[in-house]
Order: sequence, then C-alpha cells, then structure tokens
Amino acid sequence: MSLLEARGIGIAFGGLRALDGVGFAVDPGEVLAIIGPNGAGKTTLFNVVTGLYRAQSGEVRLEGRDVTGLPPHVLAARGLARTFQNLQIFFRMSALENVMVGRHLKERRRLWAELLGLPSVLAENRASRARALELLAFVGLAERAEEPASALPYGALKRLEIARALACEPKVLMLDEPAAGCNPVETEEIDRLILAIARKGTAVVLVEHDMKLVMRISDRVLVLDQGRPLAEGTPQQVRSDPRVIEAYLGRLGLEAAHAAA
Amino acid sequence: MAPGTRTKLLVLGALGLVLLLVPLLLPSAFHLRVAALVWINAVAALGLALLMGLAGQVSLGHAGFMGIGAYATALGPKHLGLDPLLSMGAGILLAGALAFLVGRPILRLKGHYLAVATLGLGILVHLVLVSEVPTTGGPDGIQVPRLELFGIRLVGPELWYWITGITLLLAAWLALNLEDSSTGRALRALHDSEIAASVVGVDVARAKLVVFVIAAVYAALAGGLFALFNRFVTPDVAGFLRSIELVTMVVIGGMGSILGAVVGAALLTVLPQALTLFHDYEHAVLGLSIILFMVFLRQGIVPGLAALVTRRRPA
Repeated sequence: MSLLEARGIGIAFGGLRALDGVGFAVDPGEVLAIIGPNGAGKTTLFNVVTGLYRAQSGEVRLEGRDVTGLPPHVLAARGLARTFQNLQIFFRMSALENVMVGRHLKERRRLWAELLGLPSVLAENRASRARALELLAFVGLAERAEEPASALPYGALKRLEIARALACEPKVLMLDEPAAGCNPVETEEIDRLILAIARKGTAVVLVEHDMKLVMRISDRVLVLDQGRPLAEGTPQQVRSDPRVIEAYLGRLGLEAAHAAA
Repeated sequence: MAPGTRTKLLVLGALGLVLLLVPLLLPSAFHLRVAALVWINAVAALGLALLMGLAGQVSLGHAGFMGIGAYATALGPKHLGLDPLLSMGAGILLAGALAFLVGRPILRLKGHYLAVATLGLGILVHLVLVSEVPTTGGPDGIQVPRLELFGIRLVGPELWYWITGITLLLAAWLALNLEDSSTGRALRALHDSEIAASVVGVDVARAKLVVFVIAAVYAALAGGLFALFNRFVTPDVAGFLRSIELVTMVVIGGMGSILGAVVGAALLTVLPQALTLFHDYEHAVLGLSIILFMVFLRQGIVPGLAALVTRRRPA
C-alpha cells in the first residue's frame, strides 16, 4: 500500500477528455515527477487529487483510505498539501502571515476564546509565528518575514508557497511547477529545498517543465501525453524511451536522437 | 510585544480618548445624543467591517438585522410582557440564527451571492415591519419602554452616552481580538484566495458563515441599543437606505479598518445633522462628499491617512 495512490482517473471538460485512465503512487520520502507536453493533463491531475476538481472515474487513496472527491480542506487535514502553478498568495498579508495561515489546522480554534483574546489564543499565535519563522528560514526568506507578500519577487513567492504548504506538516506535498519562471540560481535553490523535504520523509509529487531539475531530483517519472499515461520509470528509463522522445520532439526528434546515439 | 497587540492597544486607546474628550468639549444634551447615535451606528458598522474587510463579503440588507434587534426590544415588553433587556437579547439571538440560516446555503457559493440574498432579506424584514400593523405599529412606529435596571431608571443623554460608548469599546475590543486570531487570519486569507485558503485546511464556507453571524449579531445589538436609547422605533431603522448607509460607513472609513468603521459611522451620522441648515441640499451634499472621498481617499479615511503619514515620515 502506497502513501498516496491515484487509480484510473478520468475527467472530461465538455467533449474534451482531459484525463483518461491515469494513475500514480508515491511513498514516504519519494520524489515523483509528472511530466508531459503542454495540455497533457498534469495540472488537471493535481486538481483532481487535491479535491479542486471532481473526477468522473477512478479513485484516490491516501494511507489506504478512499479520499476520492473529498473537499480540499478535508484532504489538507488528512495530510495533503500543494502549491500552485499560477501563484495563489495572500497578497494583503505579510510573508510571515501567509505561512501562519498554513498553521490553520494545527491551531485550536474556539471562537469565544478568540473573541476574548484569551491567553491561550495569544500563546497559539506566538507558537504559529515561531513555526512560520522557522519555515521562512528553511526556504531562505527569514529576512523578508514582515514584508507584505505583494512586495516579494516572483522567485521568493514560489518559495513562500512551499513554506506555507510545509506549515501544514503534510505527508504528501504536491508542487505544481515549482521552478516555473525562476532563473537558474533560484531553480537550484528550489532543487535543494525539494530534496531536503523528501529527506525528512515527506512524499513529493511535482509537475515540472524544467527537465534538468526533473532528472536531477526525481526517483521516478510519470509521463503523460494528451491525458493518457505514456511511460513511467526512473529518470534514465524515461529519458531513453522512444515514445517519450516522440511525444516531446515528434518523429523527427526521434530520428535525430537515434542518429545521435 | 507582537505588532498585533500594539495595534490593538493603539486603536482602543484612541477610541477611549475620544470617548473621554467628547463630553468635556461638547457637554450639551444635544451633542451627547448625537454622539450616542454615532456609537450605536459604529457598533453596526464594526460588524459589517469585519464581514467586508476581513472576509470580502457584502451584506446589502444589514439594517434588516438592526431592525430585528430594535423591534424585538420594542415588541417583547409590549406583547409578551418581557423585560426590555431580555427582549433585546432574544432579538440578537434571533438575528444570529437568521443569519446562520440564510448564510449557510448561500456562503457555499463563490462570489457575491450573499449581497443579493441579504438585499432580499433586508427588504423582507422592512416589509413585515411596515405591513404587520397590529403587531409592529406599522409605518407610524412603536414606543419602547424605559429600561430599568435593579429598580433604577436608565434615562438621560449622559448615561446613554456612556452605555453606548462602552458597548462600542467592548465591540471594538472583540473585533480586534478576532482579527488577531486563527479565524481572523483564515478570513483575511480567503479574501485573497479561497482556493489557497482551502488547500491549507480552511473550511471557507464555515469561516464566512461565522463572520456573517457575528456581523448580524453586532447589527442587532446596535438596533436594540437604538430602541432603548431613542425609546421609539419606526421601520426606517431596517430600511434599504439604512443598509446602504452602513455599507457607506465601512467603505468611507476604510474597509478592514476597525477605527475606519467608527470614523465612517461618525461622518455619516454627524454630517446629516450638520447639514440640516441646508435642508434642501442635504442629500446632494452627502452624495457629493461620498464621491469626493472615493476619488481622493479611495482606500477610505483611516487607511488613506495612515498611508499619507507613513509616506511623509522621513526614512
């Protein structure tokens, strides 16, 4: 039994089958990359697994329990956290507060205590704050904690989302294009971050276009093409799979690859 | 000290100072009565500011909840022989329960459906108050009995100035505490991104429902206070124009700012009194000043001025 398992996921938007019989499984401490050409269904798969979309077929199991179709906040409580390809930042809050929101499930909420500002609530605030500062330091944003999120550059916001997701103490972390739009230096930082997260025992599932990053850090790679699984295996296996090269580069690319070999 | 605690003390200190200064500077009964009205409206505006500023939701029928609080306070003693204070408590509970029932299905939906639903609710409450003449007294309004506590009659503008002022101070304290809590952070977060808030575990629909019920309770409390203070209520207290006034108070004062809600309430309560001199132009001047505020201080008075001060301060 894997930690997170998706089986036979299928979803269609209108007449378009965005996903058809897609599945994956990931274990603690493992890094699984999902790659594929644009429109392959990678983000859609993420959205199904994290409860934003409802699949028409298939099932998702987390720690062996069926979690198919549960709303995102319930999945978060079960240990699933994610980031977004197009950033979803709380721009009116500081960087620190963004990560503090990630502590939501770890905070005890009793409305009366909160309204009265009881010492227990203040202690809770301090604890969340301290944990959020640690996480900001972990992603390299400690000095910018008090700045409004709207003042941070793109690369920093990518890492802020990772810190916020980590604040949930997830069992599975799903990263949707964590290095998109980042320069090589920022990409390398994210690279290191992901490996450090996996080393602590968190399962990491990522969608990424940066092939160098994928090849460097993934234990396994799942390739999607037009909503269907195309290949799965170690980075080495996938890289030399003719079907994968064809999907990415077309027939000509395949011939070029043969010629080069 | 966390910055949250410092802001809290600053706001409450400023409010307390104003509360102490007004009777010293303007001791006439008329001024104290206007000030008490300001504090009452500020309580209602404060609740709405939580809903609009924190959660980004709008209620266009908020005066309806004020009306429920006010009429419960008036009708309880008249028809059921209840104590006015007890009736007011029942009215507040009723408003909260109604907000829960209306908000529960509506707030599951994304977008501004709450605005439309509350618009209908406000109109409905007003309609009932106007048409149920045998119970509510209809458009002519209804008398509210004097409040007695331990055999002492609570009368006089000065006493009501302090009752309403201290209620406002307490309401502001509760609101500030809520802002600086897990629920407060969740609300501010979902205002920016409901999706991101939900994937870190925030039950978005529930969080919005909580703040909507709080806002309704604040409005009903304000309505009850108004009834006891004014000792006479008409359906106007629940009218659509009153709802718009409440929203305007929050927007002019500065959305998401506790102090802003009080400043907005002061402006919209005092200005019409000051403008009675130009009776014919009262509404024109009021409308014009709202437009000017929105053009020149778009964030609202309090956040706008705060930004001006920070910008001027040498680095």
